[in-house]
Amino acid sequence: MIRKSLTVLVIDENHIRASIIEAGLREAGHEQVTVVHDVAGIARRIAEIEPDVIVIDLENPNRDMLENMFQLSRVVKRPIAMFVDRSDQASIEAAVEAGVSAYVVDGLRQERVKPILDMAISRFNAFSRMARELEEARSELEDRKVIDRAKGILMRSRGLSEDAAYALLRKTAMNQNRKISEIAQSLVTAAGLLDPGES
Amino acid sequence: MAAEYQINAGFIPLFDSAVLIAAREIGFAAREGVDLTLSRETSWANIRDRIAIGHFDLAHMLGPMPIACNLGLTPLASDTIVPFSLGLGGNCVTVSNTLWAGMAAHGALPDLDPARAGKALGALIRERANAGRDPLRFAVVHPHSGHNYELRYWLAACGIDPSREIEIVIVPPPFMADALAAGRIDGYCVGEPWNSASVVAGTGHIATVKATIWKTSPEKVVGVRKAWAEKHPEALSALLRALHHAARWCQDPVNRGELAALMAQPSVLGLSPALQMPILTGHLALGGGAERTVEDFFLPFDKAANFPWKSHALWFYTQMVRWRHVAHTPENLAIARDCYRPDLYRSALKPLGVALPGANSKVEGALASATPVGSAGASLVLGPDGFFDGQIFDPDEIDAYIARQKLARAEA
Repeated sequence: MIRKSLTVLVIDENHIRASIIEAGLREAGHEQVTVVHDVAGIARRIAEIEPDVIVIDLENPNRDMLENMFQLSRVVKRPIAMFVDRSDQASIEAAVEAGVSAYVVDGLRQERVKPILDMAISRFNAFSRMARELEEARSELEDRKVIDRAKGILMRSRGLSEDAAYALLRKTAMNQNRKISEIAQSLVTAAGLLDPGES
Repeated sequence: MAAEYQINAGFIPLFDSAVLIAAREIGFAAREGVDLTLSRETSWANIRDRIAIGHFDLAHMLGPMPIACNLGLTPLASDTIVPFSLGLGGNCVTVSNTLWAGMAAHGALPDLDPARAGKALGALIRERANAGRDPLRFAVVHPHSGHNYELRYWLAACGIDPSREIEIVIVPPPFMADALAAGRIDGYCVGEPWNSASVVAGTGHIATVKATIWKTSPEKVVGVRKAWAEKHPEALSALLRALHHAARWCQDPVNRGELAALMAQPSVLGLSPALQMPILTGHLALGGGAERTVEDFFLPFDKAANFPWKSHALWFYTQMVRWRHVAHTPENLAIARDCYRPDLYRSALKPLGVALPGANSKVEGALASATPVGSAGASLVLGPDGFFDGQIFDPDEIDAYIARQKLARAEA
């Protein structure tokens, strides 16, 4: 028996994360996927799309509004409830920790929805990991820039070589039990205060 | 003192989370041996979910929310108890400038009088209905909230059927002012500072306030996962003592500046300290240059503000029944009654020798003025606690109260 493919609505203000989820759903064979970034006019969209499953990020401040709307039958034709399988506490925890939740229409069998939720959880986690790595790379670049500027200040004001300037920064950081980039930032800030022309 | 107890709690960026914030930031929790970790959340649904899976042991909650959880009205509900109230009052009903002009044309004055404002609003609603215009749209923060129930109570007492004559939608507190300015809603009921935010922006007018609809009425509470409370009674008692000291600190006018600065931090509300002053002083700018000072506008401590009265829980229950959120049965009534736990409040605070109410319930609306009451230990002042329409809620006559409201609705 061929089952009708599920219609999925993804509500996520983060465009990149939403497209990652959408791609995952399509790879899993779900063709009827709609992505919404802004909840303005969401009631009308839900009435048009009639989704079987709604995937939403937990940081969305409109969850209370959506849950209330799901319970009002005049807005949605079929009641929508939160995906909660009490026997699967681990799955609920994983979803909340990943920052995602799913709502399903009344009567839909849990085993048809679980793969969608599992996929959303793993993609949300992958996205967080990627965002974290990007942030780390970005701050590493920033650190390197500020260390270069601090080295330049030391080289000019104390006549040090580049290696000696770096060694001085490192030694000060070790003595004060702080990061080199923090020492460098303090130096750049202080130099800026002492010499308006410097910064 | 090294922390004996680790407690995780969630809060929503609203001023009435102040007691929790002060307990951590001013050091009251640490003094009781509690390492209190606070996480800011973006929705009540998140608070509920994180309580359910054990991320939070307790949280800043809407007064009716733990009752709704225990009645099974929400998904992922876990048994939640209320051993402490975070304050009385603090909400306003704010309307757009256009709606205020319409109400003023029907006799509303900038005096916050709920009866006068409601009468004017009713006249305007009927005028609009006769002209075939869409119903006015009001927003509240959650279906199971003091806001929803006090807005409905006010309208119904003024002869307006809130289920038919207006539309009520849900909007998160920080978005209220924007939704009003953009014309997506005509009015809203929310806690501060989100009313003053519209007044300062020149896009809204405060029509009436919770503290006049029902004086010294319940608002936010500390909701605690019941299983956690039963397993960690000492930790809970220590926290309740810390919250008691924090609440007294929040009430003291000497600390207003420091508290406003604390709440203004980007990690808490992220709004200017000046916007925190109306709730602290009760001195409100209403819009259009009008000002008013409201007695007992928000009480974080005074008038037994932290005592979890069973009569407060039961009043919320009667409104859940009234607006068909739940059926009135002996079982449901018992669930609502058992949700608020004055016994836990009393046993935690007893060693401090402070004023404690002797009863668990009171007749709401019976006190016309501030009244010293008999209590264990030091003296205690309660009230006035009247409803603006003069009705009395006697928790021992709950069937009659529910029947009376049902009848009033049928006649409307």
